[in-house]
Amino acid sequence: MKFTEEHEWLRVEDDLVVVGITEHAATQLGDVVFVELPEAGDEVAKDDDIVVIESVKAASDIMAPLDGEIVEVNEALTDNPGMVNEHAMGDAWFFKMRPSDLSQMDEYMDEAEYKQMIG
Amino acid sequence: MGDLKRLPLHELHAELGGKFVPFAGYEMAVQYPAGVMAEHLHTREKAGLFDVSHMGQVLLPLDADAALEGLVPVDVQGLKCCRQRYGLFTAPNGGVLDDLMIARRRDDLFLVVNASRKEHDIAHLKAHIDGVEEVTDRALLALQGPQAETAMARLVPGVTSMKFMDVVQTDWAGSELWISRSGYTGEDGFEISVPADVADTFARELLEMEEVSPIGLGARDSLRLEAGMPLYGQDLDEDISPIEASMSWAINKVRRKGGDREGGFPGAERILDEMETGAPRRRVGLRPEGRAPMRAGVPLYAEAEGGSEIGMVTSGGFGPSVGAPIAMGLIDNTIPADATLYGEVRGKRLPVAQADLPFHKPDYKR
Repeated sequence: MKFTEEHEWLRVEDDLVVVGITEHAATQLGDVVFVELPEAGDEVAKDDDIVVIESVKAASDIMAPLDGEIVEVNEALTDNPGMVNEHAMGDAWFFKMRPSDLSQMDEYMDEAEYKQMIG
Repeated sequence: MGDLKRLPLHELHAELGGKFVPFAGYEMAVQYPAGVMAEHLHTREKAGLFDVSHMGQVLLPLDADAALEGLVPVDVQGLKCCRQRYGLFTAPNGGVLDDLMIARRRDDLFLVVNASRKEHDIAHLKAHIDGVEEVTDRALLALQGPQAETAMARLVPGVTSMKFMDVVQTDWAGSELWISRSGYTGEDGFEISVPADVADTFARELLEMEEVSPIGLGARDSLRLEAGMPLYGQDLDEDISPIEASMSWAINKVRRKGGDREGGFPGAERILDEMETGAPRRRVGLRPEGRAPMRAGVPLYAEAEGGSEIGMVTSGGFGPSVGAPIAMGLIDNTIPADATLYGEVRGKRLPVAQADLPFHKPDYKR
């Protein structure tokens, strides 16, 4: 699993990459009340804002961590945004993408490095 | 948080795991580990303890009641002893300078004003009234929720006979508490002014009770929003008249047209005219049809495409007890009450229905 400075986690699953936000990020955001997801089939570029998360406190964006195509989004989050607070690292993934260049993953942190970053 | 002031209960909030943010020049706990949603629901179900010591507490001589009426459209002279009333400082243009609570007590008038406006308000009072005294040695707490009475009565048994908007000065362990039966959540409850040197002890005694949890500013905002209560600086300001803010009820009868002490407050002409002929805008409740919250500043339209802005969201977020996004906004008064509006969020116009306020019906002890 890899981690971005924006508190996303990336997990390789066959030829796809599953993306979510970390438990740390979910805690910082507070109770999540709304998630807006991209659509399957969207072509995205690294650093595009593609997900909106609204907590009781504020709205935040999630960026595409890699270039590629969105192949699946987690529709369950639309009906139950609170999942993000309960299962950030598991069931509450946001989207699966097919990266056009998997080597873009290399720049991201491993778990130890991420843990060090959040202190 | 370098230049921020700290309140008397700072250490207690830190111990409770409060997450601090800057607010009106103070370091304030926005939430505790339970989180905004749980704190909100706890207050609606049991009792929440809020530290609102940042608010201004001000004493005026009893005989300043007539002079105070020169600043607020309130029947201060007709306010009986040991009762409290909501008021507004109005501006010469008919806008609102702040909102406040006014209590008449045995020996004085006691005002509570917003933190962000207290310097302004005190200067404003001093310019018109002699003997204005800011109270700086007291904390202000609020205990709110259906079990607030049960909890509070363990420390001060007399509170059970208080009714909504009653005020008392009473002894607790050798210190004088100033208690009002009121609040800013739409729940029954109390606001308690307590000497700063015993505030920590007093708060801890309440927090030890099973019913009582600490509640931060985050839930205070969602609670007041569900209760349809305006927040100064958002739903009320110098450019919004009380009538536009749908606060006509706060203009007491004797100060209205035909009343014994008609007018006589800043902006009376515009405000009283608007009461008769209607205001150009009105404050409405808003229920977004989707799940996306519409926050303060979201522009409102009458059409899904094109057309010009007809208003703006002034407060908005998620209502934990409603279980959906809720908001309040100021809109053009010619828009029909049943018209669907559209709020522009991230470049998309999303439908939003006008709704009756409050979203959550209060349960006060009358």
